[in-house]
Amino acid sequence: MEILILILSGVLFATAIYNLLQKQLLRIIIGTILLSHGAHLIILTMGKLKTGQPPVLMDGVTEYTDPLPQALILTSIVISFGITGLLLVLAYRTTQENNTDNMEQLRGGSHD
Amino acid sequence: MIYAVFAPLLFAIFVPWISKFKDRIHTGTFVFIIPFIIFLYFVQFIGSDFNPIRQTVNWIPSLDMNLDFYLDGLSLLFVLLISGIGALVVLYSIFYLHKSEKLGHFYVFLLMFMTAMLGVVLSDNVFVLYAFWELTSISSFLLIGYWNFKERSRYGALKSMLITVFGGLSMLGGFIFLTIITGTTSVQAMIDQVDIILASEFLPLILIFILLGAFTKSAQFPFHIWLPDAMEAPTPVSAYLHSATMVKAGIFLIARFSPIFAGYEGFFIAVSLVGIITLCWGSYMAVRQTDLKGILAFSTISQLGMIMAMLGFGTQAAVFAAVFHILNHATFKGSLFMIAGIIDHETGTRDIRKLGGLLTLMPISFTLALFGTFSMAGVPFPFLNGFYSKELFFDATLGLEGVAWLAEAIPYLAVFGSIFTFVYSMYFLFGVFTGPKHLEQLPKKPHEAPFGMLISPIILVLGVILIGLFADKVNQPFLLHAAQAVNSGVEYHEVKFWHGFNLPLIMSLIVVAVGIILYLTRTKWNGIYNTLPGKLSFNRVYDWIVEKLDQYSTSITKTYMTGSLRTYMSLILGTTLIVTAIYMYITDGFAIDYSNLAEITTLEVAVVITIMIGAVATLYMNNNIAAILVTGIVGYGVSMLFVIYRAPDIALTQLVVETVSIAIFLLCFYHLPKLRKREEPVSTKLSNSFIAIGFGLLITLVGISAHSSNWYSSISEYFLENSYKLGGGDNVVNVILVDFRGLDTLFEITVLGIAALAVLALIKMQKKKGAK
Repeated sequence: MEILILILSGVLFATAIYNLLQKQLLRIIIGTILLSHGAHLIILTMGKLKTGQPPVLMDGVTEYTDPLPQALILTSIVISFGITGLLLVLAYRTTQENNTDNMEQLRGGSHD
Repeated sequence: MIYAVFAPLLFAIFVPWISKFKDRIHTGTFVFIIPFIIFLYFVQFIGSDFNPIRQTVNWIPSLDMNLDFYLDGLSLLFVLLISGIGALVVLYSIFYLHKSEKLGHFYVFLLMFMTAMLGVVLSDNVFVLYAFWELTSISSFLLIGYWNFKERSRYGALKSMLITVFGGLSMLGGFIFLTIITGTTSVQAMIDQVDIILASEFLPLILIFILLGAFTKSAQFPFHIWLPDAMEAPTPVSAYLHSATMVKAGIFLIARFSPIFAGYEGFFIAVSLVGIITLCWGSYMAVRQTDLKGILAFSTISQLGMIMAMLGFGTQAAVFAAVFHILNHATFKGSLFMIAGIIDHETGTRDIRKLGGLLTLMPISFTLALFGTFSMAGVPFPFLNGFYSKELFFDATLGLEGVAWLAEAIPYLAVFGSIFTFVYSMYFLFGVFTGPKHLEQLPKKPHEAPFGMLISPIILVLGVILIGLFADKVNQPFLLHAAQAVNSGVEYHEVKFWHGFNLPLIMSLIVVAVGIILYLTRTKWNGIYNTLPGKLSFNRVYDWIVEKLDQYSTSITKTYMTGSLRTYMSLILGTTLIVTAIYMYITDGFAIDYSNLAEITTLEVAVVITIMIGAVATLYMNNNIAAILVTGIVGYGVSMLFVIYRAPDIALTQLVVETVSIAIFLLCFYHLPKLRKREEPVSTKLSNSFIAIGFGLLITLVGISAHSSNWYSSISEYFLENSYKLGGGDNVVNVILVDFRGLDTLFEITVLGIAALAVLALIKMQKKKGAK
């Protein structure tokens, strides 16, 4: 199963990067979201999948899943959420100010 | 000694303050005292019983870089030249530079240069020597560009800077090599370890590095091109830096290091060959110049080539002649520059085509120029020092040992170079002072210079004559020590005017005879310069290199710094992809381990496939709402996986975050332009897919490989055991977040706070449309 999940994150990365390489701001943001999903899945997989119960202590249970990757992912989710929100507003403002969301047109000054 | 070296620099601090009174007293009057005192201080060391003196002042003892000063005969010669001619030049500049010039700047640069030059010749530590060496480059740059409003000045300053600093840096490379091989930073200690250096396999490299430094500084072929352009400097600077002192720094370097390299044949070949070529080329090109200082610049180049060649020969006679000529050249060339400056000052032009017939108008200048040029040409008169050193030079070229073809060619080349030396000397003298007068063409009405301006050249010309008349009085107590510092075997031979009718004298006579003929028929063969150098001028090479370097670096930068985000992303990702893939391949890093995997269930496979479809679908959605929803599918799918893999907290968070994200998305998307169909060339699509698929594949492979190698057991056992005991909580993930690793959470909160503030700022703080 781990291998399947890793293949899934490979697919997420591939689609994320293809989106990142696009010209439209929206696609780039979608790309970053997919990228963080892929990363979270990798972190989860590194802690081994399904070796026990959820990491909430209960009497009589000896096998728990690894809690550390979960804590890391939780932190990461919040951070990527913050970034995504900021990026979205940034894209909104950029488009509003410049009347375009095309990265090729947002290159700034003198590029001949 | 250290006070003598740093006195000019210390005094320079007060110069700006003094120069405030320049309207009443010329700043140079105060500056004059400094080199004069230094000169007097060092004069006391002259004497037959002189022994080298050593002084050390700690600077960076831990790196073995100390201000080690070593005064031997060679250093003494140079120190006296620097301070003596320095004093004369300052004296001359008092009358040359008008009070309306920026005198403060001028004298600060000049004093800085004086310290640098004294440091170069007195340093025993190679790195200290290098530091002073670069200070000469910098102060020379400042002095050449003194009239920085002139375009030619800036061009000349930049050119000299580029060339000499290039040489200086390569010299530093040579010094570092020498230091590593010998384990010492002292030149004298290196000389004691000659055997180790000569046995080193890096010897050719060291030699090339150090020679590059010396050749660029001393304007040797083909690095001579900066010197003629340095003539844009004020004349006192040209007289001081570009004839008597700085350009001899390279000579000094060769002389200083020749006890090390003299036993190596490559040294003989390189230094003699370059020196003799420089001699010929410089004197040949000098005849072509129309600018007085241009003639003198090429003349300096050729004379330096001659000294360099003699140092390359390395025989006793040659070394003595070289040292003798260093002194002689400084005297007559310094005076000639000053006379050129006087002519410029009094007539307003330096163009020899406009000048002529000044003999009756400026008789004193003529007399001085006569001695200077005749001495430079090596005309056989007993009262001209140039003749003696030229005679010694011819003598030294004969009977050389070493590479046969070179040793045989040298006497002929020497005569060739000397003939042209004779021609340009006569051209300089008679072109300016005799012939028809063109007074109406001159910007100023010419008259004799003020006496103050003539003092310095008079003293120098007196030097020419006195050294000529009493050569032994100078040589035996003074120059012999210098020569012995270069080649310890040198014994004193009396310098005589009349050696009998021998080969050097015949060579001198040939030079004079052919020289007179060539001078008289000059107009007839002048056309030869159109073929050589013609288009082969080294200035063109320099300009071409500078221009192309500019052009190519601009075009290279423009190819990848396009401003397009896509290009940068492709470069970053592509590089990461290639480097990681190659590294994995080389180290055989891919491993796969099928044991201990979780089993595959249908539910999971269904979720995984759904996510994959959603991810791929984001690429094809051309509708805003659809794209959001498809992205949402991926997010919810991932939280499903979190549920399946026993991670309740993150599943919860993910669900909430995904929902809120979609809400924000919908808000923003409402305002954003519609998604468009991608209109891109196929090649772009292909490279994008290549990078994307390659990267995805790489991530999968790295993940599998990492997952398959279990090196250490997890730390999680600790968290599970101590969550309740130490943290007082059952939910281990939450205990980790707020207790074991609470710092992460603190800053994650900070990140959210900052993001929120930034969003607020972005929305609230807007420029009014149309406002600046």
